[in-house]
Amino acid sequence: MSAKIEKVSIIVSKGSLEGVYPGLIMANGARAEGMEANLFFTFFGLDAIHKARHEHIKLATVGNPGLHLATWAGGLPGVSSVMTHYMNHKMEQLDIPSIPEFIEMIADTGAGLYACKASADLFGITKADLIDQVKDIITVGEFYDMAAGGEIIFT
Amino acid sequence: MPTVTYAGTQVTVNDEGFFTDPAQWREDMAPLIARQEGISELTERHWQVIKFMRHEYDTKGSGPTVRVLGKTSGVSVRELYQLFPHGPAKEAAKIAGIPKPRGCV
Repeated sequence: MSAKIEKVSIIVSKGSLEGVYPGLIMANGARAEGMEANLFFTFFGLDAIHKARHEHIKLATVGNPGLHLATWAGGLPGVSSVMTHYMNHKMEQLDIPSIPEFIEMIADTGAGLYACKASADLFGITKADLIDQVKDIITVGEFYDMAAGGEIIFT
Repeated sequence: MPTVTYAGTQVTVNDEGFFTDPAQWREDMAPLIARQEGISELTERHWQVIKFMRHEYDTKGSGPTVRVLGKTSGVSVRELYQLFPHGPAKEAAKIAGIPKPRGCV
């Protein structure tokens, strides 16, 4: 039998819908498999755990060739909102939870949620700005200590 | 296919220990499978989840994911992980004698 992954540390660095979901799915999936999992939100990824912003994460409609939409069209007012709405609707049909609900669920699975100190300082964000499930704002060194002995996944 | 004997009955399982034929499962096998998973005693709450897994499998042909369990079994996600620390859907499916649930969320 091949070696099993026992622990994952997942970094979420992007603040778009398509930038946030993969890390959440991987963290939730890791816990479902019985692995230890920690999520580390850095740079624009912080929006996913920001009280005022986590309900408004949008799909990137500019500079996103995977969307097969002309760049000029993606930049028109309202297009990002409409596409986000459409994507959320499709995900709801597949019973994929919204970002706030998903993050709450992931915290309930026992995964740890952490914010990056350098990014929090950069954006002037304090613990009070973040959702209650966030355990702490930590340094990169503390992140590596926590990640020791497991796999690190950057998204 | 490997075979294992639970409560005096030989059953076939896959490499991960999941039953390949859920019809071979009996309730008196569950505590023995649970013990192998490190769960020394099955409480009423464990049984609520196990019976729900069987019911879902019987009606839908596959076991539910953790999210579905949390929404519909009457046991919260938080408690599910306390009851089945190594992954609730996976562990409960094994104890309930059904295949491992497949689902990303």
